[in-house]
Amino acid sequence: MVLLAFLVAITWAIIQLRDLFAAVMLTGIFSLISACLFMVMDAVDVAFTEAAVGAGISTILMLRTLALTEGRSDPRYNRLELGPLAVVVAIGAVLIYGTFDMPRFGDPNAPIHTHMVPRFLEQSSEIGIPNIVTSILGSYRGYDTFGETTVVFTAAIGVFLLLSDLRRGRRVDDALRDDIILRIGAKAPIPFIMVFALYVQFHGDYGPGGGFQAGVIFAAAIVLYTLVFGLAKAEKIFRRRRLELLVAGGVLLYGAVGVVSMLFGGNFLDYNVLAHDPVHGQHYGILLIELGVGITVAAVMVSLFFLFARRQQV
Amino acid sequence: MDVGLYNYWAVIVLMMTGLYVVISRSNLIKKLIGLNVFQVSVIMFYISIGKVKGGTAPILEEGFEVYSNPVPHVLMLTAIVVGVATLALALALVVRLHGAYGTIEEDEIAEIDTRETNALESNAREIGAPMS
Repeated sequence: MVLLAFLVAITWAIIQLRDLFAAVMLTGIFSLISACLFMVMDAVDVAFTEAAVGAGISTILMLRTLALTEGRSDPRYNRLELGPLAVVVAIGAVLIYGTFDMPRFGDPNAPIHTHMVPRFLEQSSEIGIPNIVTSILGSYRGYDTFGETTVVFTAAIGVFLLLSDLRRGRRVDDALRDDIILRIGAKAPIPFIMVFALYVQFHGDYGPGGGFQAGVIFAAAIVLYTLVFGLAKAEKIFRRRRLELLVAGGVLLYGAVGVVSMLFGGNFLDYNVLAHDPVHGQHYGILLIELGVGITVAAVMVSLFFLFARRQQV
Repeated sequence: MDVGLYNYWAVIVLMMTGLYVVISRSNLIKKLIGLNVFQVSVIMFYISIGKVKGGTAPILEEGFEVYSNPVPHVLMLTAIVVGVATLALALALVVRLHGAYGTIEEDEIAEIDTRETNALESNAREIGAPMS
């Protein structure tokens, strides 16, 4: 409850701020606090993702955009607008009126808990993995996840088209070479972040985690490396061409699992046929598609960051 | 702890604040921050619906009977990652707009656009070409 009040206060501060840098940093804090809230409400996987994405990647992308454009919003446009205020108050009032018909918070008999979910909870032994979020994500709703991975892929293509500049400008060496404390301090955690990402990737069946989170965490390690050692060095390790292949490769791996299960005589993404024992088949299927998701998400996040970082101010 | 409908109301306040930022601020980055706030509040709403009193995280373990609803978690988990991908696309558009117009204030961009259209029209009138 206190956390929710915090969130409201932060948003109001964001409205008032003219300094966009501060506004972006507040957005990062906003994400971190909402991750805590998700944790409180039992959504461990969601909290994980929000902490890695909201407080990490999206804040960095926004800061880079600020560096490429301008850091302050024009004060002429920062006044209280009565028209929009009336609109949002009206919509808010209607929505609050609507909540009176809703089941109370935490009510176990709410309609959402009585359909479909009991089956997921009671019969998930047919999938055979303890983390139900992963089994729904990978198996029951495998089609949706495939679609979402494709959306991430498509968004990356869009950014490629918008930002990849064919004229090669002069390189700015943005490495923090002089800052020895920062360099040593940042170098130490990078391998641990990467190992942790792999743990999240492959232990996602049993604990919170999975391809989406692991991809973002892995990308965060590379982003940290780039921030400290400069873009030129990072691009030597993660070449542009290879990243592009990985972006597509992850989605293809996901699709290939579906096609292979069709070749074995099942439906698209029906993992039961992948091994002699259906439960083993499910294991293999989920492991492979999570790997596909992880590869695509990590490669997309790193490429997005490189694209933004490569662009010079015009 | 019984909080009744408080969660939903706080989420609605957050959502409306985000919407207000989107429609009232002219700065494109501010608008995107507003959109982000809006998105997080929708996610929060789904997760609030999925919470079951006395439940625990939906990972099967001996000794636990009540689990929170895993379906909203799955939906929102992917929504966050898709959200950051689309945010990156929007930011890329902002960078390109800044390159083309030299500003990230929407009102100024609209102003420049009208000025350019007017200039084009008067040019066309001078050389007597029909405006399409």
